[in-house]
Amino acid sequence: MECYLLVDFGSTNTKLTVVDIENEEIILTSKSITTIEDDIMKGFNDAYEQIADKVKEYNISFVDKLGCSSAAGGLKMVAIGLVPELTSEAAKRASLGAGAKILKTYSYELEDDDVVEMLDLKPEIILLSGGTDGGNKETIIKNASVLAKFDIKIPIIIACNKNAQPEIAKIFDEVGFDYHRSENVMPSINVLNVENVRNIIREVFMKNIVYAKGLDNAIKYVGDVLMPTPAAVLNAAQLLSKGTELEDGLGDLVVVDIGGATTDIHSLCEGYPTKGGVTMKGLAEPFAKRSVEGDLGMRYSVLSCYQAAGYRTFAKHYPNDISIEDVEKNIKHRHDDIRFVPETNSDKAFDATIAKVCCELAISRHAGYIETSYSPFGQMFAQYGKDLTGVKYLIGTGGVLVHNDYPLDILKACNFDEEAPDSLRPMKPKYLLDKTYILSSMGLLSTKEPDLALRIMKKYIKEITED
Amino acid sequence: MSKLDKTIVVGVIGADVHAVGNKIIDYALTNEGFKVVNIGVLSSQEDFINAAIETDADAILVSSLYGHGEIDARGLREKCVEAGIGEILLYIGGNIVVGKQDWAVVEPKFLDMGYNRAFPPGTRIENAVEDLKADLGV
Repeated sequence: MECYLLVDFGSTNTKLTVVDIENEEIILTSKSITTIEDDIMKGFNDAYEQIADKVKEYNISFVDKLGCSSAAGGLKMVAIGLVPELTSEAAKRASLGAGAKILKTYSYELEDDDVVEMLDLKPEIILLSGGTDGGNKETIIKNASVLAKFDIKIPIIIACNKNAQPEIAKIFDEVGFDYHRSENVMPSINVLNVENVRNIIREVFMKNIVYAKGLDNAIKYVGDVLMPTPAAVLNAAQLLSKGTELEDGLGDLVVVDIGGATTDIHSLCEGYPTKGGVTMKGLAEPFAKRSVEGDLGMRYSVLSCYQAAGYRTFAKHYPNDISIEDVEKNIKHRHDDIRFVPETNSDKAFDATIAKVCCELAISRHAGYIETSYSPFGQMFAQYGKDLTGVKYLIGTGGVLVHNDYPLDILKACNFDEEAPDSLRPMKPKYLLDKTYILSSMGLLSTKEPDLALRIMKKYIKEITED
Repeated sequence: MSKLDKTIVVGVIGADVHAVGNKIIDYALTNEGFKVVNIGVLSSQEDFINAAIETDADAILVSSLYGHGEIDARGLREKCVEAGIGEILLYIGGNIVVGKQDWAVVEPKFLDMGYNRAFPPGTRIENAVEDLKADLGV
């Protein structure tokens, strides 16, 4: 039997998925805990052990083995731009779309102290942007010179004003930096150009970062570790939305991934205004937009989630009355014991409550909003970011949605809220659940067989309804 | 491609959504060979400044048609100074004050605010372009 083996080297679990090509089915899955101290291959071997017998029994031969990784904290980047709302934001969005974790964003002229701090954060890639094409050169070239004063061993991606790039390349050549040139992330005002820089980030990740993270053993077995896991999820979501030449996609959709440490939202849509008389403002958003909320999560980040939301938000989402003491006790308990698995109904309900809070806050930050101004001609409306009110599907993934009894209630917390009418959250989506957690593996498979990956997603990602 | 090698930021300031004049200015300046960065209607002072910094602009042309120009435009020069582009050429034009006021009173108000030139209602775009070229030495 001919199959694909898809491996997700995660920060807590290594997951294996075996896809039967002929029948278009997922025939085997397994997972095993990986810790930072272990060799990356331990988790893989343990997980493979679980399916080894079956592989023999079914006489499986792997036509290809593909991997993605978020091991050792994922792909860590810093982004440098000129104006915070423009090139710095563009650089940040491009990096997030490539599956990176943004440690910090810098703007305007860099000082030596900034670079010291930046290197202390231990990024794996530095993204240097700034200036539109034909625009500001002075600041960005100066920033390159400041970087050149330091002994920087990690790759630097230059995605700034094209007219400043030759000089920056010269500066970096002189000090022997490992640099890669890309198209400008913001070639003209408010225009976002992320595709090229995303590809370069992925190439650098494949060539450099996987070795730096001790994934070289994995490569011996798996072949290439193609991309960071979040990039694989975004690829899958994009495929599911847009479809292929042969197969229809689902159209506009949003993917919500609630994890222990972060809540990720992916939106796949243009997000243009759905109401008349609204003017778009600010930096354009990419069709495939990913946002990561590092302070919203079920375990590691549950304290910061409580700090961001406050007692009343928790009380609003909890099905019964709950006192502030009980909320705080539950929060603390989950923070102190990050491997806590809820058993009782009230613990399950509280986990669902945290998940709802994560949904509400993360989608509010991801979605666009309307700003109203009053003029002699009446109200004027400006839209910043994406209008998600019309998206057709809201897809849930991640442990809490799969294991909790209330996935529908949790996902509904993403919806439009009449008390916050300016926030352009989804209004009447259909709810789908990625119960078998296949998005990242299908994102990998899509690089080889997009039609197959799309059909499998349509088959396995099921709609959830009231009963 | 722009043949003058000068970048001009244009836009309509404040809660003003008059888009037609904005398009005419964009069209005319582009035809003249300027590189035009049009930030459109409903633009704040910060939008003008941010765009000017990123594009290394040579001038900012502020439009205001709805009578609130005096409030919206005040303080732009000071913010430019704070942002490190204090020397940039600033123009303003349109119906920049409430009602019909004597231009001899209106103009000095805007020059005092730090605008290099202010243009009264009904100014022909050709005349403004002449001034712009003269001020930029092209």
